[in-house]
Amino acid sequence: MMRALLATLLVLLLGGAARAERLIVSVSNHRVTVTPNYSGEELVLFGSVEKDATTPADRTAYDLVVTVMGPRADMVTRRKERKFGIWINTDSRQFLEVPSYLALFANRAFDVITSPETARRQQIGLNNVLLTQRVSGDYADVVPNDAFRSAFIRLRTQRGLYREDASAVTFLTPTLFRTGIPLPAEVPIGTYEVEIKLFANGALVTKTETAFEIVKVGFEQFVATTARQNGLIYGLVTAAMALMTGWMASIVFRKD
Amino acid sequence: MQLYLPIADLPVNVFLVLAMGAAVGFVSGMFGIGGGFLMTPLLIFIGITPAVAVASVASHIAASSFSGALTYWRRRAIDPALASVLLCGGVTGTALGVWTFTQLRALGQLDLMIALSYVVLLTTVGSLMFSEGLRALMRTRRGAVPPRRTHNWIHGLPLKMRFKRSKIYLSVIPVVIVGIVIGFIGAIMGIGGGFILVPIMIYLLRVPTSTVIGTSMVLTLVTMLFATMLHAVTNHLVDAVLALILMVGGVTGAQFGARAGQRIRGEQLRLLLGLLILSVGVRFAIELVIEPADLFTIRELGVSG
Repeated sequence: MMRALLATLLVLLLGGAARAERLIVSVSNHRVTVTPNYSGEELVLFGSVEKDATTPADRTAYDLVVTVMGPRADMVTRRKERKFGIWINTDSRQFLEVPSYLALFANRAFDVITSPETARRQQIGLNNVLLTQRVSGDYADVVPNDAFRSAFIRLRTQRGLYREDASAVTFLTPTLFRTGIPLPAEVPIGTYEVEIKLFANGALVTKTETAFEIVKVGFEQFVATTARQNGLIYGLVTAAMALMTGWMASIVFRKD
Repeated sequence: MQLYLPIADLPVNVFLVLAMGAAVGFVSGMFGIGGGFLMTPLLIFIGITPAVAVASVASHIAASSFSGALTYWRRRAIDPALASVLLCGGVTGTALGVWTFTQLRALGQLDLMIALSYVVLLTTVGSLMFSEGLRALMRTRRGAVPPRRTHNWIHGLPLKMRFKRSKIYLSVIPVVIVGIVIGFIGAIMGIGGGFILVPIMIYLLRVPTSTVIGTSMVLTLVTMLFATMLHAVTNHLVDAVLALILMVGGVTGAQFGARAGQRIRGEQLRLLLGLLILSVGVRFAIELVIEPADLFTIRELGVSG
Protein backbone atom coordinates (compact mmCIF):
# COMPACT_ATOMS: atom_id res chain seq x y z
CA MET A 1 0.00 0.00 0.00
CA MET A 2 2.66 2.44 1.13
CA ARG A 3 4.90 1.32 -1.70
CA ALA A 4 2.18 1.89 -4.26
CA LEU A 5 1.55 5.36 -2.94
CA LEU A 6 5.23 6.18 -3.10
CA ALA A 7 5.44 4.87 -6.65
CA THR A 8 2.50 7.05 -7.65
CA LEU A 9 4.09 10.05 -6.03
CA LEU A 10 7.33 9.37 -7.84
CA VAL A 11 5.58 9.08 -11.19
CA LEU A 12 3.74 12.34 -10.53
CA LEU A 13 6.95 14.10 -9.61
CA LEU A 14 8.76 12.77 -12.63
CA GLY A 15 5.83 13.67 -14.84
CA GLY A 16 5.90 17.19 -13.46
CA ALA A 17 9.61 17.36 -14.02
CA ALA A 18 9.32 16.27 -17.62
CA ARG A 19 6.84 19.06 -18.21
CA ALA A 20 9.25 21.90 -17.71
CA GLU A 21 7.05 24.63 -19.17
CA ARG A 22 3.57 25.68 -18.32
CA LEU A 23 1.22 27.72 -20.51
CA ILE A 24 -1.03 30.32 -18.99
CA VAL A 25 -3.59 31.77 -21.37
CA SER A 26 -6.68 33.90 -21.34
CA VAL A 27 -9.03 35.27 -23.98
CA SER A 28 -10.14 38.89 -23.82
CA ASN A 29 -13.78 37.88 -23.65
CA HIS A 30 -15.24 34.51 -22.70
CA ARG A 31 -18.72 35.37 -23.84
CA VAL A 32 -19.12 37.21 -27.12
CA THR A 33 -22.58 38.59 -27.73
CA VAL A 34 -23.60 39.13 -31.31
CA THR A 35 -26.13 41.91 -31.75
CA PRO A 36 -28.16 42.61 -34.93
CA ASN A 37 -25.69 45.23 -36.15
CA TYR A 38 -22.68 43.05 -35.38
CA SER A 39 -20.25 43.22 -38.29
CA GLY A 40 -17.47 41.04 -36.95
CA GLU A 41 -14.97 41.57 -34.20
CA GLU A 42 -11.66 40.30 -32.96
CA LEU A 43 -11.00 38.48 -29.75
CA VAL A 44 -7.53 38.63 -28.26
CA LEU A 45 -5.79 35.63 -26.75
CA PHE A 46 -3.02 36.46 -24.29
CA GLY A 47 -0.63 34.06 -22.71
CA SER A 48 2.75 33.44 -21.25
CA VAL A 49 5.18 30.54 -21.07
CA GLU A 50 6.12 29.82 -17.47
CA LYS A 51 9.46 28.15 -17.00
CA ASP A 52 10.65 26.37 -13.92
CA ALA A 53 13.95 25.15 -12.58
CA THR A 54 13.92 22.01 -14.70
CA THR A 55 13.64 23.89 -17.98
CA PRO A 56 16.77 23.27 -20.06
CA ALA A 57 18.85 26.43 -20.07
CA ASP A 58 19.39 26.36 -23.83
CA ARG A 59 15.65 26.45 -24.50
CA THR A 60 14.95 30.06 -25.36
CA ALA A 61 13.04 30.09 -28.66
CA TYR A 62 9.49 28.83 -28.58
CA ASP A 63 6.93 28.30 -31.27
CA LEU A 64 3.21 28.46 -30.75
CA VAL A 65 0.28 27.03 -32.66
CA VAL A 66 -3.22 28.13 -31.71
CA THR A 67 -6.25 26.18 -32.98
CA VAL A 68 -9.74 27.64 -32.60
CA MET A 69 -12.65 25.31 -33.35
CA GLY A 70 -16.28 26.37 -33.48
CA PRO A 71 -19.29 24.12 -32.84
CA ARG A 72 -19.32 21.01 -35.01
CA ALA A 73 -21.88 20.38 -37.74
CA ASP A 74 -22.54 18.06 -40.66
CA MET A 75 -22.10 19.64 -44.07
CA VAL A 76 -22.54 18.59 -47.68
CA THR A 77 -20.27 19.71 -50.49
CA ARG A 78 -21.71 19.41 -53.97
CA ARG A 79 -20.02 19.61 -57.33
CA LYS A 80 -21.62 20.92 -60.49
CA GLU A 81 -21.05 19.32 -63.85
CA ARG A 82 -22.20 20.20 -67.30
CA LYS A 83 -25.02 17.91 -68.36
CA PHE A 84 -27.29 18.52 -71.35
CA GLY A 85 -25.69 21.93 -71.78
CA ILE A 86 -26.53 23.22 -68.29
CA TRP A 87 -24.71 23.07 -64.98
CA ILE A 88 -26.18 20.60 -62.52
CA ASN A 89 -25.16 19.35 -59.07
CA THR A 90 -24.03 15.81 -59.72
CA ASP A 91 -21.59 14.48 -57.15
CA SER A 92 -21.65 15.22 -53.41
CA ARG A 93 -19.73 14.37 -50.26
CA GLN A 94 -20.90 14.58 -46.70
CA PHE A 95 -18.55 15.97 -44.08
CA LEU A 96 -19.37 14.68 -40.62
CA GLU A 97 -19.08 16.72 -37.45
CA VAL A 98 -16.61 19.16 -38.90
CA PRO A 99 -15.95 22.47 -37.11
CA SER A 100 -18.16 25.28 -38.38
CA TYR A 101 -15.35 27.71 -37.57
CA LEU A 102 -11.70 26.76 -37.73
CA ALA A 103 -8.68 28.96 -37.29
CA LEU A 104 -5.03 27.97 -37.07
CA PHE A 105 -2.52 30.55 -35.97
CA ALA A 106 1.21 30.36 -35.45
CA ASN A 107 4.17 32.65 -34.96
CA ARG A 108 5.93 31.35 -38.09
CA ALA A 109 5.33 28.97 -40.98
CA PHE A 110 3.98 25.59 -39.88
CA ASP A 111 6.60 23.62 -41.80
CA VAL A 112 9.38 25.54 -40.03
CA ILE A 113 7.90 24.94 -36.58
CA THR A 114 7.80 21.19 -36.78
CA SER A 115 8.31 18.17 -39.01
CA PRO A 116 5.57 17.06 -41.44
CA GLU A 117 5.15 13.93 -39.36
CA THR A 118 4.45 15.83 -36.11
CA ALA A 119 2.29 18.35 -37.97
CA ARG A 120 0.11 15.53 -39.23
CA ARG A 121 -0.17 13.91 -35.84
CA GLN A 122 -0.90 17.18 -34.04
CA GLN A 123 -3.23 18.39 -36.82
CA ILE A 124 -1.21 21.52 -37.51
CA GLY A 125 -2.35 23.43 -40.61
CA LEU A 126 -5.61 23.25 -42.57
CA ASN A 127 -4.20 20.38 -44.63
CA ASN A 128 -3.69 18.28 -41.54
CA VAL A 129 -6.90 18.95 -39.63
CA LEU A 130 -9.12 15.91 -39.52
CA LEU A 131 -12.23 16.41 -41.65
CA THR A 132 -14.18 13.18 -41.62
CA GLN A 133 -16.08 12.38 -44.79
CA ARG A 134 -18.56 9.70 -45.56
CA VAL A 135 -17.06 7.93 -48.54
CA SER A 136 -19.42 5.23 -49.82
CA GLY A 137 -20.51 4.04 -46.40
CA ASP A 138 -17.06 4.39 -44.87
CA TYR A 139 -15.93 7.16 -42.55
CA ALA A 140 -12.50 8.57 -43.24
CA ASP A 141 -10.51 11.64 -44.00
CA VAL A 142 -8.93 11.71 -47.41
CA VAL A 143 -5.72 13.05 -48.89
CA PRO A 144 -5.34 16.84 -48.53
CA ASN A 145 -5.49 17.45 -52.29
CA ASP A 146 -8.84 15.66 -52.67
CA ALA A 147 -11.09 17.86 -54.83
CA PHE A 148 -13.99 17.94 -52.38
CA ARG A 149 -11.81 18.50 -49.33
CA SER A 150 -9.88 21.37 -50.88
CA ALA A 151 -13.07 22.92 -52.29
CA PHE A 152 -14.65 22.67 -48.86
CA ILE A 153 -11.72 24.44 -47.20
CA ARG A 154 -11.54 27.04 -49.97
CA LEU A 155 -15.24 27.93 -49.68
CA ARG A 156 -15.13 28.11 -45.90
CA THR A 157 -12.02 30.30 -46.14
CA GLN A 158 -13.77 32.64 -48.57
CA ARG A 159 -16.49 33.21 -46.00
CA GLY A 160 -13.88 33.91 -43.33
CA LEU A 161 -14.91 30.85 -41.35
CA TYR A 162 -11.77 28.82 -41.94
CA ARG A 163 -8.43 30.53 -41.72
CA GLU A 164 -4.78 29.79 -41.42
CA ASP A 165 -2.27 32.48 -40.52
CA ALA A 166 1.33 31.64 -39.77
CA SER A 167 2.15 35.13 -38.57
CA ALA A 168 -0.82 35.88 -36.33
CA VAL A 169 0.90 34.94 -33.08
CA THR A 170 3.34 37.54 -31.86
CA PHE A 171 5.79 37.13 -29.03
CA LEU A 172 5.87 40.40 -27.08
CA THR A 173 8.75 39.08 -24.98
CA PRO A 174 10.41 35.67 -25.44
CA THR A 175 7.73 34.20 -23.18
CA LEU A 176 4.75 36.53 -23.50
CA PHE A 177 2.54 36.16 -26.56
CA ARG A 178 -0.72 37.36 -28.04
CA THR A 179 -2.88 36.57 -31.04
CA GLY A 180 -6.09 37.97 -32.46
CA ILE A 181 -9.02 35.70 -33.25
CA PRO A 182 -11.11 37.36 -35.97
CA LEU A 183 -14.81 36.51 -35.82
CA PRO A 184 -16.72 37.45 -39.00
CA ALA A 185 -20.31 38.73 -39.07
CA GLU A 186 -21.77 35.34 -39.96
CA VAL A 187 -19.95 33.54 -37.15
CA PRO A 188 -21.84 30.45 -35.93
CA ILE A 189 -23.09 30.52 -32.35
CA GLY A 190 -21.96 28.02 -29.77
CA THR A 191 -18.92 27.00 -27.78
CA TYR A 192 -15.47 27.56 -29.26
CA GLU A 193 -12.54 25.48 -28.15
CA VAL A 194 -9.09 27.00 -28.21
CA GLU A 195 -6.08 24.74 -28.10
CA ILE A 196 -2.63 26.22 -27.61
CA LYS A 197 0.39 24.06 -28.41
CA LEU A 198 3.92 25.02 -27.46
CA PHE A 199 6.81 23.76 -29.55
CA ALA A 200 10.53 23.96 -29.00
CA ASN A 201 13.09 22.71 -31.49
CA GLY A 202 10.36 21.04 -33.52
CA ALA A 203 8.94 19.01 -30.66
CA LEU A 204 5.70 19.50 -28.77
CA VAL A 205 6.55 20.70 -25.27
CA THR A 206 3.18 21.28 -23.72
CA LYS A 207 -0.35 22.28 -24.54
CA THR A 208 -3.34 23.84 -22.86
CA GLU A 209 -6.95 24.56 -23.65
CA THR A 210 -9.42 27.32 -23.10
CA ALA A 211 -12.82 28.14 -24.51
CA PHE A 212 -15.18 30.97 -25.24
CA GLU A 213 -18.80 31.15 -26.16
CA ILE A 214 -20.61 33.08 -28.86
CA VAL A 215 -24.21 33.96 -28.18
CA LYS A 216 -26.54 35.96 -30.32
CA VAL A 217 -28.86 38.32 -28.55
CA GLY A 218 -31.59 40.69 -29.57
CA PHE A 219 -34.56 40.56 -31.84
CA GLU A 220 -32.95 38.75 -34.75
CA GLN A 221 -31.82 35.85 -32.59
CA PHE A 222 -35.26 35.66 -31.06
CA VAL A 223 -36.68 35.43 -34.59
CA ALA A 224 -34.21 32.72 -35.64
CA THR A 225 -34.86 30.62 -32.53
CA THR A 226 -38.62 30.93 -32.83
CA ALA A 227 -38.49 29.97 -36.52
CA ARG A 228 -36.63 26.78 -35.68
CA GLN A 229 -38.44 25.78 -32.52
CA ASN A 230 -42.00 27.01 -33.01
CA GLY A 231 -42.49 26.82 -36.76
CA LEU A 232 -46.26 26.90 -36.52
CA ILE A 233 -46.49 30.00 -34.33
CA TYR A 234 -43.79 31.67 -36.39
CA GLY A 235 -45.72 30.95 -39.59
CA LEU A 236 -48.96 32.24 -38.08
CA VAL A 237 -47.30 35.46 -36.90
CA THR A 238 -45.68 36.01 -40.30
CA ALA A 239 -49.00 35.41 -42.04
CA ALA A 240 -50.75 37.80 -39.64
CA MET A 241 -48.03 40.37 -40.27
CA ALA A 242 -48.59 40.06 -44.02
CA LEU A 243 -52.32 40.59 -43.58
CA MET A 244 -51.76 43.58 -41.28
CA THR A 245 -49.37 45.23 -43.72
CA GLY A 246 -51.74 44.65 -46.62
CA TRP A 247 -54.71 45.96 -44.66
CA MET A 248 -52.83 49.05 -43.46
CA ALA A 249 -51.73 49.80 -47.01
CA SER A 250 -55.31 49.64 -48.26
CA ILE A 251 -56.36 52.07 -45.47
CA VAL A 252 -53.48 54.50 -45.94
CA PHE A 253 -53.74 54.65 -49.71
CA ARG A 254 -57.52 54.47 -49.91
CA LYS A 255 -58.68 56.76 -52.68
CA ASP A 256 -62.42 56.77 -52.18
CA MET B 1 -27.89 50.85 -42.66
CA GLN B 2 -26.88 47.21 -42.31
CA LEU B 3 -29.34 44.74 -40.87
CA TYR B 4 -28.74 41.10 -40.15
CA LEU B 5 -31.37 38.79 -41.64
CA PRO B 6 -31.95 36.05 -39.07
CA ILE B 7 -32.99 33.21 -41.38
CA ALA B 8 -31.16 34.16 -44.57
CA ASP B 9 -28.15 34.45 -42.26
CA LEU B 10 -26.51 37.38 -43.94
CA PRO B 11 -26.30 41.13 -43.43
CA VAL B 12 -28.09 43.32 -45.97
CA ASN B 13 -28.56 47.00 -46.54
CA VAL B 14 -32.07 47.90 -45.40
CA PHE B 15 -32.45 50.66 -47.98
CA LEU B 16 -31.41 48.38 -50.83
CA VAL B 17 -34.06 45.81 -49.89
CA LEU B 18 -36.63 48.54 -49.30
CA ALA B 19 -35.85 50.02 -52.73
CA MET B 20 -36.12 46.60 -54.34
CA GLY B 21 -39.48 46.08 -52.67
CA ALA B 22 -40.66 49.49 -53.88
CA ALA B 23 -39.41 48.91 -57.44
CA VAL B 24 -41.10 45.53 -57.70
CA GLY B 25 -44.18 47.01 -56.02
CA PHE B 26 -44.25 49.77 -58.64
CA VAL B 27 -44.12 47.24 -61.47
CA SER B 28 -46.70 45.02 -59.83
CA GLY B 29 -49.06 47.93 -59.24
CA MET B 30 -48.61 49.05 -62.84
CA PHE B 31 -49.44 45.67 -64.33
CA GLY B 32 -51.81 44.45 -61.62
CA ILE B 33 -49.67 41.43 -60.75
CA GLY B 34 -48.11 40.16 -57.52
CA GLY B 35 -44.54 40.63 -58.66
CA GLY B 36 -43.18 37.43 -57.14
CA PHE B 37 -41.50 36.44 -60.40
CA LEU B 38 -39.39 39.61 -60.14
CA MET B 39 -38.88 39.68 -56.37
CA THR B 40 -37.60 36.11 -55.96
CA PRO B 41 -34.94 36.45 -58.72
CA LEU B 42 -33.81 39.84 -57.35
CA LEU B 43 -33.31 38.34 -53.89
CA ILE B 44 -31.39 35.43 -55.40
CA PHE B 45 -29.19 37.87 -57.31
CA ILE B 46 -28.24 39.77 -54.12
CA GLY B 47 -27.04 36.55 -52.53
CA ILE B 48 -30.01 35.17 -50.60
CA THR B 49 -30.32 31.43 -51.17
CA PRO B 50 -33.15 30.48 -53.56
CA ALA B 51 -34.83 28.44 -50.83
CA VAL B 52 -35.08 31.36 -48.38
CA ALA B 53 -36.04 33.76 -51.20
CA VAL B 54 -38.93 31.57 -52.34
CA ALA B 55 -40.25 31.02 -48.81
CA SER B 56 -39.99 34.67 -47.74
CA VAL B 57 -41.45 36.15 -50.91
CA ALA B 58 -44.59 34.07 -50.32
CA SER B 59 -45.50 36.23 -47.31
CA HIS B 60 -44.61 39.40 -49.20
CA ILE B 61 -47.02 38.46 -52.00
CA ALA B 62 -49.68 37.62 -49.42
CA ALA B 63 -49.43 41.20 -48.09
CA SER B 64 -49.67 42.89 -51.48
CA SER B 65 -52.48 40.65 -52.72
CA PHE B 66 -54.44 41.24 -49.50
CA SER B 67 -54.37 45.01 -49.96
CA GLY B 68 -55.40 44.49 -53.60
CA ALA B 69 -58.12 42.00 -52.73
CA LEU B 70 -59.61 44.41 -50.18
CA THR B 71 -59.91 47.10 -52.83
CA TYR B 72 -61.54 44.70 -55.30
CA TRP B 73 -63.87 43.41 -52.59
CA ARG B 74 -65.17 46.92 -51.97
CA ARG B 75 -65.83 47.28 -55.69
CA ARG B 76 -67.64 43.91 -55.68
CA ALA B 77 -65.16 42.69 -58.29
CA ILE B 78 -64.57 39.29 -56.66
CA ASP B 79 -66.57 36.19 -57.49
CA PRO B 80 -66.76 34.29 -54.15
CA ALA B 81 -68.03 31.06 -55.70
CA LEU B 82 -65.33 30.96 -58.37
CA ALA B 83 -62.70 31.87 -55.78
CA SER B 84 -63.74 29.00 -53.49
CA VAL B 85 -63.58 26.41 -56.29
CA LEU B 86 -60.16 27.75 -57.36
CA LEU B 87 -59.02 27.57 -53.74
CA CYS B 88 -59.90 23.87 -53.43
CA GLY B 89 -57.31 23.23 -56.12
CA GLY B 90 -54.96 25.97 -54.93
CA VAL B 91 -54.56 24.65 -51.40
CA THR B 92 -53.95 21.09 -52.67
CA GLY B 93 -51.42 22.37 -55.19
CA THR B 94 -49.58 24.42 -52.55
CA ALA B 95 -49.29 21.44 -50.20
CA LEU B 96 -47.93 19.32 -53.07
CA GLY B 97 -45.57 22.12 -54.04
CA VAL B 98 -44.09 22.55 -50.55
CA TRP B 99 -43.67 18.77 -50.26
CA THR B 100 -41.83 18.63 -53.60
CA PHE B 101 -39.74 21.64 -52.49
CA THR B 102 -38.60 19.76 -49.36
CA GLN B 103 -37.76 16.63 -51.35
CA LEU B 104 -35.76 18.53 -53.96
CA ARG B 105 -33.87 20.40 -51.26
CA ALA B 106 -32.78 17.13 -49.66
CA LEU B 107 -31.57 15.91 -53.05
CA GLY B 108 -29.59 19.11 -53.65
CA GLN B 109 -31.51 19.86 -56.83
CA LEU B 110 -33.78 22.62 -55.52
CA ASP B 111 -31.79 25.55 -56.91
CA LEU B 112 -31.61 23.87 -60.29
CA MET B 113 -35.35 23.17 -60.34
CA ILE B 114 -36.16 26.75 -59.33
CA ALA B 115 -33.91 28.08 -62.11
CA LEU B 116 -35.27 25.62 -64.69
CA SER B 117 -38.90 26.39 -63.81
CA TYR B 118 -38.16 30.09 -64.16
CA VAL B 119 -36.57 29.58 -67.58
CA VAL B 120 -39.37 27.40 -68.94
CA LEU B 121 -42.29 29.29 -67.45
CA LEU B 122 -41.07 32.84 -67.94
CA THR B 123 -39.76 32.44 -71.48
CA THR B 124 -43.00 30.71 -72.55
CA VAL B 125 -45.39 33.11 -70.86
CA GLY B 126 -43.21 36.10 -71.75
CA SER B 127 -43.05 35.31 -75.47
CA LEU B 128 -46.77 34.49 -75.61
CA MET B 129 -47.64 37.75 -73.91
CA PHE B 130 -45.21 39.72 -76.02
CA SER B 131 -46.45 38.33 -79.31
CA GLU B 132 -50.08 38.71 -78.24
CA GLY B 133 -49.43 42.32 -77.24
CA LEU B 134 -47.70 42.93 -80.56
CA ARG B 135 -50.64 41.47 -82.50
CA ALA B 136 -53.13 43.53 -80.51
CA LEU B 137 -51.08 46.64 -81.15
CA MET B 138 -51.04 45.94 -84.90
CA ARG B 139 -54.80 45.34 -84.88
CA THR B 140 -55.52 48.68 -83.24
CA ARG B 141 -53.16 50.38 -85.71
CA ARG B 142 -55.13 48.86 -88.58
CA GLY B 143 -58.37 49.65 -86.77
CA ALA B 144 -59.61 46.07 -86.95
CA VAL B 145 -61.99 44.62 -84.37
CA PRO B 146 -60.65 41.87 -82.10
CA PRO B 147 -61.84 38.38 -83.07
CA ARG B 148 -65.04 37.30 -81.35
CA ARG B 149 -64.58 34.83 -78.54
CA THR B 150 -65.97 31.39 -79.10
CA HIS B 151 -66.59 28.54 -76.72
CA ASN B 152 -63.87 25.88 -76.60
CA TRP B 153 -63.62 22.24 -75.53
CA ILE B 154 -63.36 23.26 -71.89
CA HIS B 155 -66.99 24.26 -71.93
CA GLY B 156 -68.01 20.74 -72.89
CA LEU B 157 -66.74 19.20 -69.64
CA PRO B 158 -69.17 17.79 -67.07
CA LEU B 159 -69.84 18.92 -63.45
CA LYS B 160 -70.97 22.33 -64.52
CA MET B 161 -71.65 25.04 -61.98
CA ARG B 162 -73.12 28.52 -62.23
CA PHE B 163 -70.87 31.35 -61.07
CA LYS B 164 -73.34 34.16 -60.52
CA ARG B 165 -71.17 37.20 -60.16
CA SER B 166 -69.02 36.32 -63.17
CA LYS B 167 -72.16 35.32 -65.10
CA ILE B 168 -70.58 32.14 -66.42
CA TYR B 169 -71.67 28.50 -66.49
CA LEU B 170 -68.57 26.36 -66.25
CA SER B 171 -67.32 22.91 -65.32
CA VAL B 172 -65.46 22.84 -61.97
CA ILE B 173 -62.82 20.41 -63.32
CA PRO B 174 -60.69 22.93 -65.25
CA VAL B 175 -61.08 25.47 -62.43
CA VAL B 176 -59.76 23.04 -59.80
CA ILE B 177 -56.92 21.95 -62.11
CA VAL B 178 -55.90 25.55 -62.70
CA GLY B 179 -55.91 26.08 -58.93
CA ILE B 180 -53.67 23.05 -58.36
CA VAL B 181 -51.20 24.10 -61.04
CA ILE B 182 -50.94 27.69 -59.79
CA GLY B 183 -50.63 26.58 -56.16
CA PHE B 184 -47.94 24.04 -57.05
CA ILE B 185 -45.70 26.31 -59.09
CA GLY B 186 -46.30 29.16 -56.66
CA ALA B 187 -44.96 27.16 -53.72
CA ILE B 188 -41.89 25.98 -55.65
CA MET B 189 -41.03 29.21 -57.45
CA GLY B 190 -42.08 31.81 -54.90
CA ILE B 191 -44.57 33.51 -57.17
CA GLY B 192 -48.21 34.32 -56.75
CA GLY B 193 -48.88 33.20 -60.29
CA GLY B 194 -51.16 36.11 -61.15
CA PHE B 195 -49.38 36.72 -64.43
CA ILE B 196 -50.25 33.18 -65.59
CA LEU B 197 -53.59 32.85 -63.81
CA VAL B 198 -55.17 35.98 -65.28
CA PRO B 199 -54.50 35.05 -68.94
CA ILE B 200 -55.67 31.46 -68.29
CA MET B 201 -58.87 32.68 -66.69
CA ILE B 202 -59.56 35.13 -69.49
CA TYR B 203 -58.65 33.02 -72.51
CA LEU B 204 -59.37 29.49 -71.33
CA LEU B 205 -62.12 29.81 -68.75
CA ARG B 206 -63.69 32.91 -70.31
CA VAL B 207 -64.06 34.69 -66.98
CA PRO B 208 -65.16 38.29 -67.61
CA THR B 209 -62.52 40.98 -67.06
CA SER B 210 -64.66 42.62 -64.37
CA THR B 211 -64.06 39.83 -61.85
CA VAL B 212 -60.88 38.21 -63.11
CA ILE B 213 -58.21 40.23 -61.28
CA GLY B 214 -60.03 40.40 -57.95
CA THR B 215 -60.77 36.67 -57.98
CA SER B 216 -57.22 35.74 -58.94
CA MET B 217 -55.98 37.91 -56.08
CA VAL B 218 -58.04 35.89 -53.61
CA LEU B 219 -56.41 32.70 -54.89
CA THR B 220 -52.96 34.30 -54.67
CA LEU B 221 -53.65 35.55 -51.15
CA VAL B 222 -54.80 32.23 -49.75
CA THR B 223 -52.22 30.04 -51.52
CA MET B 224 -49.38 32.36 -50.48
CA LEU B 225 -50.57 32.50 -46.85
CA PHE B 226 -50.78 28.73 -46.87
CA ALA B 227 -47.34 28.46 -48.52
CA THR B 228 -45.87 30.79 -45.86
CA MET B 229 -47.29 28.56 -43.14
CA LEU B 230 -46.05 25.34 -44.72
CA HIS B 231 -42.58 26.70 -45.49
CA ALA B 232 -42.34 27.96 -41.89
CA VAL B 233 -43.44 24.64 -40.40
CA THR B 234 -41.54 22.21 -42.64
CA ASN B 235 -38.39 23.99 -43.79
CA HIS B 236 -37.99 26.90 -41.31
CA LEU B 237 -36.98 29.11 -44.21
CA VAL B 238 -39.31 32.11 -43.93
CA ASP B 239 -37.33 35.22 -43.04
CA ALA B 240 -39.89 37.45 -41.35
CA VAL B 241 -37.53 40.44 -41.13
CA LEU B 242 -36.77 40.28 -44.85
CA ALA B 243 -40.45 39.79 -45.62
CA LEU B 244 -41.47 42.81 -43.55
CA ILE B 245 -39.04 45.14 -45.33
CA LEU B 246 -40.21 43.82 -48.70
CA MET B 247 -43.87 44.23 -47.76
CA VAL B 248 -43.47 47.84 -46.65
CA GLY B 249 -41.54 48.72 -49.81
CA GLY B 250 -43.86 46.66 -51.99
CA VAL B 251 -47.24 48.01 -50.90
CA THR B 252 -45.98 51.61 -51.14
CA GLY B 253 -44.47 51.13 -54.57
CA ALA B 254 -47.64 49.42 -55.79
CA GLN B 255 -49.73 52.54 -55.18
CA PHE B 256 -47.53 54.69 -57.41
CA GLY B 257 -47.28 51.92 -59.96
CA ALA B 258 -51.05 51.65 -60.19
CA ARG B 259 -51.30 55.36 -60.93
CA ALA B 260 -48.60 55.15 -63.60
CA GLY B 261 -50.28 52.11 -65.13
CA GLN B 262 -53.51 53.98 -65.74
CA ARG B 263 -51.76 56.30 -68.19
CA ILE B 264 -50.52 53.48 -70.43
CA ARG B 265 -52.75 51.65 -72.91
CA GLY B 266 -53.62 48.01 -72.31
CA GLU B 267 -51.80 46.58 -75.34
CA GLN B 268 -48.62 48.49 -74.59
CA LEU B 269 -48.84 47.37 -70.98
CA ARG B 270 -49.05 43.73 -72.05
CA LEU B 271 -46.17 44.21 -74.47
CA LEU B 272 -44.00 45.69 -71.73
CA LEU B 273 -44.96 43.02 -69.22
CA GLY B 274 -44.22 40.29 -71.77
CA LEU B 275 -40.80 41.80 -72.41
CA LEU B 276 -40.09 42.03 -68.67
CA ILE B 277 -41.08 38.42 -67.99
CA LEU B 278 -39.09 37.24 -71.01
CA SER B 279 -35.93 39.04 -69.87
CA VAL B 280 -36.08 37.53 -66.38
CA GLY B 281 -36.44 34.08 -67.98
CA VAL B 282 -33.49 34.71 -70.30
CA ARG B 283 -31.40 35.92 -67.35
CA PHE B 284 -31.99 32.58 -65.61
CA ALA B 285 -31.21 30.66 -68.80
CA ILE B 286 -27.84 32.43 -69.11
CA GLU B 287 -27.03 31.58 -65.48
CA LEU B 288 -27.64 27.91 -66.19
CA VAL B 289 -25.63 27.75 -69.39
CA ILE B 290 -22.49 29.69 -68.52
CA GLU B 291 -19.92 27.98 -66.37
CA PRO B 292 -20.44 28.94 -62.72
CA ALA B 293 -17.61 30.81 -60.99
CA ASP B 294 -17.43 28.00 -58.50
CA LEU B 295 -18.38 24.43 -59.24
CA PHE B 296 -18.62 23.55 -55.56
CA THR B 297 -21.22 24.55 -52.99
CA ILE B 298 -21.59 23.80 -49.30
CA ARG B 299 -24.77 23.29 -47.38
CA GLU B 300 -24.85 23.00 -43.64
CA LEU B 301 -27.07 20.22 -42.38
CA GLY B 302 -27.40 21.78 -38.96
CA VAL B 303 -25.33 21.68 -35.82
CA SER B 304 -25.14 18.17 -34.45
CA GLY B 305 -24.70 17.04 -30.93
